[in-house]
Amino acid sequence: MKAAAFAYLRARNIGEVFAALAEHGSDARVLAGGQSLIAALNLRLSEPRLLVDITGLSELRGIVVTPAGLRIGALTRHVEILRSAEVARHAPLLAQAVPHVAHAAIRNRGTIGGSLALSDPAAEYPAVALACGAVMHLHGPDGRRDVPAEAFFRGLYETALGETELLEAVTFPPPPADARHAFDELSRRHGDYALVGIALRAGLRDGLVRNLRAAFVNGGLRPVLATSAAAAAEGLPPAEAAEAAAAALDRDLDPPGDHHASAAMRLHLARVLTRRAIHSIGSAA
Amino acid sequence: MSETILRLTVNGEAVEATAPARTHLIDFLRERLELTGSHAGCEHGVCGACTVRVNGDAVRGCLVLAAACEGAEVWTIEGLTATGEVAALQEAFRERNALQCGFCTPGMIVAAAELLRDVKSPTREEIRDHMSGNYCRCTGYHAIVDAIETASRA
Repeated sequence: MKAAAFAYLRARNIGEVFAALAEHGSDARVLAGGQSLIAALNLRLSEPRLLVDITGLSELRGIVVTPAGLRIGALTRHVEILRSAEVARHAPLLAQAVPHVAHAAIRNRGTIGGSLALSDPAAEYPAVALACGAVMHLHGPDGRRDVPAEAFFRGLYETALGETELLEAVTFPPPPADARHAFDELSRRHGDYALVGIALRAGLRDGLVRNLRAAFVNGGLRPVLATSAAAAAEGLPPAEAAEAAAAALDRDLDPPGDHHASAAMRLHLARVLTRRAIHSIGSAA
Repeated sequence: MSETILRLTVNGEAVEATAPARTHLIDFLRERLELTGSHAGCEHGVCGACTVRVNGDAVRGCLVLAAACEGAEVWTIEGLTATGEVAALQEAFRERNALQCGFCTPGMIVAAAELLRDVKSPTREEIRDHMSGNYCRCTGYHAIVDAIETASRA
């Protein structure tokens, strides 16, 4: 299908973005890589009057190591994250997740900021951001503010971003020294949206699982930290922690059911992934 | 405001044209420039038939607005054929029966050319992984993997 008609503004500076969003409100959409937005427009799931293209704003690009962690500009593309030595070193969970994001041609164009700001429950980055305790940097006409991932993802395609605010960057704080990471997902075909996915980080001290943080792709209408599973796994050896966390998962997740998989099947698969992820961090050197 | 004037380079030639803002790159190439080698399939980024090269990257032409290509360098199957860059791939596709109806083939060739640019001798698994975003409804993929493998060893 073809998109409905809209006007297009290629923003030359962030002031133009704020002005356009202030004037057009919810009739305007911000265009970054467009790999979800243009598809939604073509399917007429969304019919904005104005697209504000921010891809010319070079200050929104780039990966920098800061004292607070690894700061990634919103317009940084998946392919750049995939190839980044800094991401591999400083945000290993993100590095594990990015090969699962879509297909090569989409990774060449799609951006991390676009994915986080869209808050699609089937996307990888929101779950990774939550498991890592990432911080979102928002910029609006009244200034900047930081929002932790826990407070950023509010619901289905719903975030803490105000109507005139832009997601400028995300910072992944340095993981604890003993942290181990696992990302995994199950999909019908490689690169398709995951039926369920897991982003998990945990410490392993004296052979016992500590401070587990697990967030799920498609575990609900937004990424959710599995706090009951984390409490159940605390202080146990990996094999027992895996079973305890998997058993507790029904208290954390409320997965959607659709023609790809029922809610019960998704919960089952989330348990399978939880066991695999905890076993993998237990056996990793 | 919804009609945009565009200046870009397509297959090495400077192009200036107008297009409604909602026009995606594939419709622009096919209908304004009459470069019909690139195909519009699903138009929501799933099938890969519209894969073209923009600023050196293989991208989904249906998920890129023509208006966003101001100043861009675009290559389609027509231009890549003319320069001979994909000749080995095209020959291998023919030789290994990697196309039947041919609808997916231009997108397959552009995607495969990117893999062969980045990886000298990809494994079959790497080929399958890289090509997983391009659908073929005729061949069952084995012949396509064969052809890309053949071209990479040429």
